[in-house]
Amino acid sequence: MQDDGIPALRGWSEAELDAAFAAVAREVETSARALTSADEKEEFRLRWLGRKQGRLKAISDAWLKAAPAEAKKPLGQRFNTLKALIEARLEASSAATSMSVPDSETIDITLPGRRRRLGAEHPLIRTQHEIVRIFQRMGYSVGVGPEVETDYYNFESLNFPPGHPARDTQDTLVVAGQERKPLRERLLMRTHTSPVQIRTMEQQPPPVRIVIPGKVHRNDAADATHSPIFHQVEGLCVDVGITFADLKGTLDHAMKELFGSSVRTRFFPSFFPFTEPSADVQISCPFCGGAGCRKCKHSGWIELLGCGMVDPAVFGFVQQKQPGYDPQKISGFAFGMGVDRIAMMKYGIGEIGLLYSGDLRFLEQFA
Amino acid sequence: MKILSSWIREFVPGITITDRQLADDLTLRGIAVDGVFDLGAHGSLFEMDITTNRVDAMNHYGIAREAATIYGLALKPLDASLPPAKATAKPFSVRIEEPKLCGRFTARLLRNVKIGPSTGIVAERFRLLEQKAIANAVDATNYVTLAMGHPTHAFDLDKLEGGIVIRRARKGEKLKTLDGVERTLDPDDLVVADEKKALGLAGVIGGWDTMITPETKNILVEAAWFDPATVRRSSKRHLVHTDASHRFERGADFNAPPVANALVSRIILEAGGAVEGELVDVVIPEADARTAKRASIGFRVSEVERILGPTEDGAGISAATAVDILRRLGCGVEDAARTETTATQRQDLDPSRASLGEPPQKSAPSGQAVTLPSWRLDLEREIDLIEEIARVYGYNRFRNTLPPFAGTVVELPWAEKESTVRRTLLALGFNEAISSTFCAAQDAAIFAREPDSAVAIGNPLSEEAGMLRPSLVPGMLEMLVLNLSRDVDDAALFEMGTTFSGNPENGYARVEERPTLAIGATGHAFGGGDVEFSDMKGAMEELLSRFAARSLYFDRFPAASGLMPAWLHPGRSARAAVDGGTVAWFGQLHPAEAERRKLKQTVWLGEVWLDRLYKQELRQPAVRELSRFQAVRRDFSVLLPERVTYAAAAGAVEALAIPEMQSYAAKEVLRGGKQIPEGQYSLLLGVVFQSNERTLREEEVQEWSRQVVGALETLGGKLRA
Ligand SMILES: [Zn+2]
Repeated sequence: MQDDGIPALRGWSEAELDAAFAAVAREVETSARALTSADEKEEFRLRWLGRKQGRLKAISDAWLKAAPAEAKKPLGQRFNTLKALIEARLEASSAATSMSVPDSETIDITLPGRRRRLGAEHPLIRTQHEIVRIFQRMGYSVGVGPEVETDYYNFESLNFPPGHPARDTQDTLVVAGQERKPLRERLLMRTHTSPVQIRTMEQQPPPVRIVIPGKVHRNDAADATHSPIFHQVEGLCVDVGITFADLKGTLDHAMKELFGSSVRTRFFPSFFPFTEPSADVQISCPFCGGAGCRKCKHSGWIELLGCGMVDPAVFGFVQQKQPGYDPQKISGFAFGMGVDRIAMMKYGIGEIGLLYSGDLRFLEQFA
Repeated sequence: MKILSSWIREFVPGITITDRQLADDLTLRGIAVDGVFDLGAHGSLFEMDITTNRVDAMNHYGIAREAATIYGLALKPLDASLPPAKATAKPFSVRIEEPKLCGRFTARLLRNVKIGPSTGIVAERFRLLEQKAIANAVDATNYVTLAMGHPTHAFDLDKLEGGIVIRRARKGEKLKTLDGVERTLDPDDLVVADEKKALGLAGVIGGWDTMITPETKNILVEAAWFDPATVRRSSKRHLVHTDASHRFERGADFNAPPVANALVSRIILEAGGAVEGELVDVVIPEADARTAKRASIGFRVSEVERILGPTEDGAGISAATAVDILRRLGCGVEDAARTETTATQRQDLDPSRASLGEPPQKSAPSGQAVTLPSWRLDLEREIDLIEEIARVYGYNRFRNTLPPFAGTVVELPWAEKESTVRRTLLALGFNEAISSTFCAAQDAAIFAREPDSAVAIGNPLSEEAGMLRPSLVPGMLEMLVLNLSRDVDDAALFEMGTTFSGNPENGYARVEERPTLAIGATGHAFGGGDVEFSDMKGAMEELLSRFAARSLYFDRFPAASGLMPAWLHPGRSARAAVDGGTVAWFGQLHPAEAERRKLKQTVWLGEVWLDRLYKQELRQPAVRELSRFQAVRRDFSVLLPERVTYAAAAGAVEALAIPEMQSYAAKEVLRGGKQIPEGQYSLLLGVVFQSNERTLREEEVQEWSRQVVGALETLGGKLRA
C-alpha cells in the first residue's frame, strides 16, 4: 500500500475546508476508477477504510487533532460525506465484480444441445390436414367412410353399372368369399373416397358441403409414383344453383391457397362415370411459375385433380333414400385429389414407397 | 394410341394451323394429346390418351371429326366406292340366330385375291405408326380400324363350310383362336360360325382354321355390330383383350359396318381380285332402333345456364351457340314446339324424361328435340349434351365463381380426440408412420385381437399381403425391422389407422373397422439410455391421462387368460384399463417372436384400441385451490419383500386416507447389493403433507409418519436405519 501522506489543509474557513475535501474526493474517484477484480476492490477498501492504516482514518485523525473546537462539527460532517462517497464507489464496484466468475467455469457452447426431439407428423397427414383446412374455411364439413366398401357404394351408385368398361380403370382388391352374395353387396377395398359422397347424401338432405380425406386401395403394381395404397381427399358441394363456374372458382381458390396466389388453374374435359361434365385440372407449375422445369416435365403445368358436376344418375341413386336430391332442382359438383401426389410434389419426394416405409431417416425430415 | 397429323389433315383439308396448335386445341376439348413427335415431311405423330367413353375418337377419322367440329370445318366423307361386282345367282347366306347379341352383319365376297405384303400408303402409315405389317388382307382390316375405328375380319372363304351363322357357342364347343390358343367355349359366348363349326369369337378374336394364309384365294370380309356387354363378357371369360373387343365393348357405330367392309375390300382388291355379288347386310331393326335410330332427346337451353353458369365474357351460352355446337357434333336439332310447351308435350317428345318422373312445370322454356349421331352411343341424356356444349365451347371460357353458403360446418365427433392423441405422441417424441393395410396370414393369426377374426383378401397383391391387418403391430414391427436393417438403431414410431375383423365362418358377411394406434420403440429412442418398460408406461400414462376416465390402472395377465396377447413378453408387459375396460397393452416383444424376426435389439410395442378410448371424453382442465401454507416432506426408506409390489405398498399408504397427504412417489428403488438382503428390495418413498387451511404442526406430521410406517410394516416392510 502506498503512503501518500496527509493532504494539506490551509485553514478552517468553509471555502478552505471545501477545497481540501474536494481534493481528497478527487483522489477517491481516481483510485476507484479501475475496480474490476475482487483483489482490486479489497485493496481500495483497505486503502481508504482500513481500521488501522486506512487513509480516511489517517486524514481525519490528523485534521481533527489540529482543528479548533468550532471547526470540529463542519469537519465531521464533511468526513461523513466523504465516507459515504467511498462506500458508494465500493458498492458500485461490488455490484459489477459480483457478476464475475472464475474462468474455470467457462464451457464450450459450441457443443450440440441435448434435444428432446418432437416426433414428426407424417407428410401425408400433414398435407391432408392442409387440404382439409382450406375447404373447412370455405364452409365444408369433414366426413369419413369405411375402407372396406360394398360394390354398390364403390361402383354402382356412382354410375359404374355392373360389367361396365369404366370399372376396368379401377383395379379392385376384393374381400375373399363374396361370390355367393349379390354383386352389389360384395365387399371390396374402396378404390376411391367417392362412396362417402353417396353415404353423406343418403344421410343428409341438401345443401351439402363436405370434404372427405381417406385411404384407398387399388390392385396396381407398385412403382416410383404408384402404390396400391394411397390417400385421397374428396369434396362434394350440392345446393340449388351450383354451377360448373362455381366448381372452377372453388378449385381455383383452393389451389391458390395450397400453392400460392400466383398459381393459375386450367380445366380439361375428362371422363368419370359419376360426374358430368367431368374435368381434369392442371395448375401452373408452382416451381417454375409456368416457364417449364423438371418437376412439370417442361410443360409449365401439372395435372393435379379430377372433378365435375354430379351426374344426375348419381342423384337418382341417392333419391331412393333422400328424395330432396331432385336433379331437376338441385345441382352440385364433386372433386378428388391424390394426397400422395400433392405431398410428393410439395416436398420433392421421389418415391411414393417412402411414404409407407416407416423409414425414420425419411420421416424425421418432417419434424 | 398413335395418330398421324397428316392423316387428320387428309380428312379435314381446311386445317391451316400447326400440328402443335391442333394438339393443344384437341386436348383442351378432351381429346388429349399427351405427346407430339416430329416426323419431318410426314407431319407429326400424336400420342393420344382417349377417355374410355369416347370410343368414337379412337381412330383417325374420329379425331378428324373432332377437329372439324372445333374449327367448324368440313369433314371429307369416307370413299366407300368399289368396282362393279360380278353378279351371282343368289346372295351369300348370313343368318343371325341371336338378334339381341348381334345387331348387324355385313359380308362381302372377294374372288381371286393376291396375298402379299402391303404396299403404298398402307405400308407407309404402318411404318410411321409402328404397326406390324403381316399381309395385305390382314393389314387391310387393321388399317381400316386405324382409319375409322370399326373392327372387321377377313376369312379364307374356301375354309368355310356353308353360309355364316351368328349363334351362341355350344356347351364345351372348341375353337382355336388366332393367337394359337385352343379355347373351350361357353353358351354365353357369341360366335361367328359356318354351318359346321365356330369361326371366331364374335367381336373378340378370329379363328385359326379360317385365317388368311399366303395360299388364300378367296376372301369373305366381315364387318358387324355386336352387343357390347356380350363382347365384354367373352373377352373377360377368355382373358383375351383385343383391339376389337376394346372397341365393341365400348359401343361401336351401328352405321359403320357397310363402310368399313367396303374400305377393307378396296385395299385388298388393290393387289388384284374382284368383288362377287352385292354386299350382304343383315340389319336387326330393334338394334338399329336402339342405336343409330334411337329417339331424340329433349334439350333446354335454360339447363345449360343452370348447370354451367356464367361465361368469362358475361354473355353466357346463347341458344344459337348451343344449337350450333350440337349441329357441328352431328346432332339434329329441332324446335319441340314453336310456342311455349307444357311439360306433358315435352314428355311426349322425350320419353327418357317422362320415365324420370319429372314434375309438370308451368310455362317451361321451349325445349328442343335433339337427334343423336350413330357414332356417339355415349350421348343419351340432356346432361350429355350440356357436357358436349361445355367441352366444345371450352371449359376455360367459363367464369370462376364462388357459391354462397349459409350452412354450418360440422366437425367429426372424434376429430379433436384424434388430434389430441396425435399431438401427445408427437410431443412424446414418437414419429408418425403409415404402413401397409395388409399383412401375411401368419402375422394375422399371431396379432389378431380375437382368434380367427382376420379378413382374407380374395385377390391379394402378394402372399405377404393376403390378409387385411387385424392389428397395426405387424406393420409396426416391419417398420422397426426396416430401420434396424438400415442402421437406424434408435427409433420411436406410431401409426394411427384402421384395423379389420370379420367372421370367415359366414363368408365375411360384414367387415368391422376399428381405429387403432400402435407405438413402437427401440434403442436410445428418447435420447437417454435404452428404452425401458417405464418409458412405454410413461408414454401410455401421458396419453391415457388426456382422457377424462374415472379410473386408469395397469395390470398383467398370462396370455392363456385371453386378457393379454401371446406376442408380448409375459413378464415385461402390461394391460391398461380405463374404467375397468382394456384400452391398451404394451411391453417388450416376446423373445420367441423377436428370435423369429432375427431382431438383435429389444423392441417395445404397444397397441391402443382407439375405438374404446374415444368413448371417453377429453379431460377438461379444472383448477384446484393452491395452498398458501408450507408443505412438509418426509422420506421413508423401507425394505420390502419382493412379493410386495410397489402398487401394494402405495395402496397401503393410500388407504390411510390422510387428507393432508398431498402426494407420494417412489424416489428410488434398489435391488441387490450388500445392503439389501436376498428376497427384498429397498424403496425410498417420498411423501408430501400439506393443508390448505393451516400450517401443519410437528406432532401431526409425526403421527402421520408413524401411520405410514405402520402401513408398510403390515406388508412385511422394515424401516431402514
Ligand atoms: Zn415447372
